[in-house]
Amino acid sequence: MALLEAKGLTKSFYGVTVLHGVDLAIEPGEVLGLVGENGSGKSTSMNILGGVLQPDGGSMTLGGVPYAPRDPRDASRAGISFIHQELNLFPNLTVEENLYLDGFPFRFPFLPFIDRRRIRQRTKALLAEVDLPASPATPVSSLSPGERQMVEIAKALSGQARLIIFDEPTTSLTSREIERLFALISKLRARRIGMIYISHILHDVLRLCDHVLVLRDGALVGSDRAANMTPERMVTLMVGRTMEQMFPPRFEKPSATPPVLELRSVSQPGVVKNISLVVHRSEVVGVAGLLGSGRTELARIIFGLAPRQTGTILVEGRELARSPREVMQAGVAFLTEDRRLEGTLGSASIAHNLALPAVESYAGTGTGVLDSARLHAAVSGMARSVQLKASDIERQPINALSGGNQQKVVLGKWLMRSPKVLILDEPTRGIDVGAKYEIYRIINDLAAQGAAILVISSEIEELIGLSDRILVMCHGEFSAEFNKATFDPEEILRAAMKKPVHSSP
Amino acid sequence: MPTLQQKPVSARVRNAPPGGMALLKRTLFSEYFTLVLCVTYFVVMLPFSPALGTPTVIKNIFSEMIPLLAVAIGQTFILILGEIDLSVTSTIALASVFGASIMTSNGGYLANQPAAVPVGLMAFLLVGLGVGFLNGASITYLGMPSFLVTLTTRMLFSGIAIWYTTFHTRLSSISGLPQSFLWIGQGEWNGIPYSMAGVALLAVVAHLAMTRTVFGRWLYAIGINRQTARVSGVPVERVVILAFMISGFCAALCSILYTGRLQTGTPILGERILLDVIGAVVIGGTSLFGGKGKVSWTVFGVLFLVLVDTTLRLLGSSLFTIFMVKGVVILMASVMDALRNRLFAER
Repeated sequence: MALLEAKGLTKSFYGVTVLHGVDLAIEPGEVLGLVGENGSGKSTSMNILGGVLQPDGGSMTLGGVPYAPRDPRDASRAGISFIHQELNLFPNLTVEENLYLDGFPFRFPFLPFIDRRRIRQRTKALLAEVDLPASPATPVSSLSPGERQMVEIAKALSGQARLIIFDEPTTSLTSREIERLFALISKLRARRIGMIYISHILHDVLRLCDHVLVLRDGALVGSDRAANMTPERMVTLMVGRTMEQMFPPRFEKPSATPPVLELRSVSQPGVVKNISLVVHRSEVVGVAGLLGSGRTELARIIFGLAPRQTGTILVEGRELARSPREVMQAGVAFLTEDRRLEGTLGSASIAHNLALPAVESYAGTGTGVLDSARLHAAVSGMARSVQLKASDIERQPINALSGGNQQKVVLGKWLMRSPKVLILDEPTRGIDVGAKYEIYRIINDLAAQGAAILVISSEIEELIGLSDRILVMCHGEFSAEFNKATFDPEEILRAAMKKPVHSSP
Repeated sequence: MPTLQQKPVSARVRNAPPGGMALLKRTLFSEYFTLVLCVTYFVVMLPFSPALGTPTVIKNIFSEMIPLLAVAIGQTFILILGEIDLSVTSTIALASVFGASIMTSNGGYLANQPAAVPVGLMAFLLVGLGVGFLNGASITYLGMPSFLVTLTTRMLFSGIAIWYTTFHTRLSSISGLPQSFLWIGQGEWNGIPYSMAGVALLAVVAHLAMTRTVFGRWLYAIGINRQTARVSGVPVERVVILAFMISGFCAALCSILYTGRLQTGTPILGERILLDVIGAVVIGGTSLFGGKGKVSWTVFGVLFLVLVDTTLRLLGSSLFTIFMVKGVVILMASVMDALRNRLFAER
């Protein structure tokens, strides 16, 4: 009998379906690999298993009985533990305190004194099980990322876990720590614990897992025994179908004039290494790369939101300053990855949002008094030209709009400055297909007007549909460059997933 | 000019059927909630203390409001940013003794000279701007929370004010201020005190600054989402420092008015009004969470607090009763602020 079985899981956010009926089954002692591009539905389905999200449809059984966790506590009580990418330990507490945080045993009934001795003994036993030679009283802050992961696993074991989900567990580990993790996974397998292993490092998946599932666009597109899988086959399944009519046509050719944006060997230790690139007038350059490859960090460095140690950044031949305000004044615009945290003023009106970056050019010099009529005209004009669907831009708060319309406002607020350089980080994240098309159209129009555009996206199809050139980032460096003639989704993905040094067999 | 505050919810509420809950919400979110509260309170209290309706008492209410309103307007800028300025009272005290030490005829720096009053006034304002700059710069460039910075500068400057006084007099305050200075706080034109006209002008300018200028747009933007503001090219540090300087400037204006009324520079001036100032702004509806606030609301908030104060005193309440009632009123106002934010978040 299967340990866990899920049938027809569906989930949508704000009317966008992100999971179209996913089935999965896992036996005791089995390691199930789960691969797919960002946004393919891996995290959503695991969040459903872990009780973080509730499915809109479908059912699950755990050990034969129906399973429908209302929250993560429910899930962990049922024996499902989720080891997250960013670990969920309190660094200021000790190992034993972290293990027992949600239920300290008491020394006396009815008196809230913690039974330290019992905790210490149990913790020692658990740490021995995960082969971590640390004292239970060690503060978590003094452990390495790998050791912290062992503590997380010990925590899962302390809760009698039957199924452990690992989400990108190796991203911050050294190669020795990875070996230890893999050894531990084999040990847990022998104890009949089921495991789900999510990773972008396909070799690791093949080495560890018994069975591999491939997700794309919220649907299961491949399911086979690991023995029958190869990295090539997995990549083909992940990238999937041919390009559909998703992208508006482009007519403008990038001009060969001197570059508008130029980076010369920009480096920041641990983030990006020796990055050089040029973007010309009317050119759209795509940056591909996995989460954590340094693509977002590169954009933040250009816009002055993150530091750089060496290298120069030039706009039209002039060196850029290092504060967002000065970078903006030099003609650069930056649409950030996180719309809610960095893109919108949630409770403010659409008009206030649209006006923000350009507001100074609608004020009398010296006084800062706004020319309301002129500003209103400009803002309404922009709302029309980005085809915003809103009832009253002066009164409606941006919060009340759908994701796609919010993104149009954020894009519109930068267009108000007629930027020379536009950097877009995940411009269509969480947006439905119709709005995507409109955003692509706006980007194309802007390129046609002569802007130099840098697009960062984890959707390779999007990059292929939009860009003239694609640069691939891997571990903070450019690992490949593709021209329109040589665009190949599989090649791009392979370049982005270049085997890191640490997982050499 | 668009108003950034509350519109969304009131717009949504307007569409709802006018049931009990909707009516409650509409009242809670109304622009003029505090004004309605003031009028209701006045009407309800009138039978208990008929003196409340007499011209003398009404005039007294206005005269109590004026200096308080000056500081409260400054505090409104700060709360919109989502910060707080606890140092206003010690700014009032320090400005008072510093200005007085220049003007006093008992050995002042410019005793009995024609320049005494203009230079003295400048001294008041410079103290306010200076304290504000120090607060703002510590908050932005050193990354300290405004609560801690202004709590510290509050203690520091009230200490300095007392210390400074000891160099100028053996008494606890500096008297002997020139007549033309006292005239600023006490003079009238056709029954309208100069001080009232001055603070009304301040209110109008502050209102325009918030609603019609680039600075105002930046102020609300920072209060709503500081990171978005920074990414959108708002000079966050400059705006925060300027707002604290405005708060200091307003406290200095208040100090001029109080000093003129007491006819002495006093190092403990305004010590008790801190909670009144912040309370009045919050009662008006300006949010402690930032991003929301108006000068007109602050006017209503100050009016309500002074009304409560006056009626309690007319009823012969003791000081502790007044403190207790005001404490409850201000607590209720902050509960409402939290409630409004919760309802807003639940949209």
